[in-house]
Amino acid sequence: MDVPLFLIFAAIAVACGVNVVVQRHPITSAISLIGVMGSLAALYLLLGGEFIAAVQVVVYAGAIMVLFVFVIMLLNAGAEGRSGRSWPVRLLGIPFLVLLLGLLSFVVQAYAPKTDRVVFGAFTSGGPRDIGKLLFTEYLLPFELTSVLILIAIAGAVVLARKEID
Amino acid sequence: MHPVTNVHYMVLSVALLLVGTIGVLTRRNIVIILMSIELILNAVNINLVAFSHHFGDVHGQVFAIFVIAVAAAETTVALGILIALFRNKETVLADEVDLLKW
Repeated sequence: MDVPLFLIFAAIAVACGVNVVVQRHPITSAISLIGVMGSLAALYLLLGGEFIAAVQVVVYAGAIMVLFVFVIMLLNAGAEGRSGRSWPVRLLGIPFLVLLLGLLSFVVQAYAPKTDRVVFGAFTSGGPRDIGKLLFTEYLLPFELTSVLILIAIAGAVVLARKEID
Repeated sequence: MHPVTNVHYMVLSVALLLVGTIGVLTRRNIVIILMSIELILNAVNINLVAFSHHFGDVHGQVFAIFVIAVAAAETTVALGILIALFRNKETVLADEVDLLKW
């Protein structure tokens, strides 16, 4: 059951990821990006990361994508015009991309540990209890620093996006 | 059937990383460039969670949560800058922003 689930969700993730880059209109890219986030959440579930799958859906597919769609609507950005590149130059990119992907995959599979099988249910300590325990003991300082970082980001976004009053 | 290994997840991560890099390099719309950056950060997260599974250790997933939090902060500030830019220059295309060009 693991193999078809992995293949389906990996294929959805890669197809939606390519669609994000290929599409001309930003709103289509945003919807494709939601597909990437959703399928990655399913892959995290297969890897035993229950909490991180929930965070992926809530924070990425929920909050960040709403922010993106809101800004696209606000700016009323239309479809991007064609770039001035000629057809041979564009088509040349595809074999180079496949070549680079093949090369990197070869390096990865040559150096990665071979014997390890990813079985659904083999790793179960990815729930909220274990992660919360780590966050509030070992990673307490980074956790608090992250909250300060987000506070700074909120203040910065408000200052940057506000209308100048003169 | 051939079992799923860590290598499969790493190859998926490499594929998403390449697609995101190409998006950053070739697209001109700043919103889509930001979405491509999100793709790259997600590729990193796959690796973190996959190795967390491999070593049977939750630390990798905690790091992935930090990555998500920092990505959220980064997106917020970047979209704020984009709104300020659009208010001043009336464009969202990266190649039309040449204020610092000599």
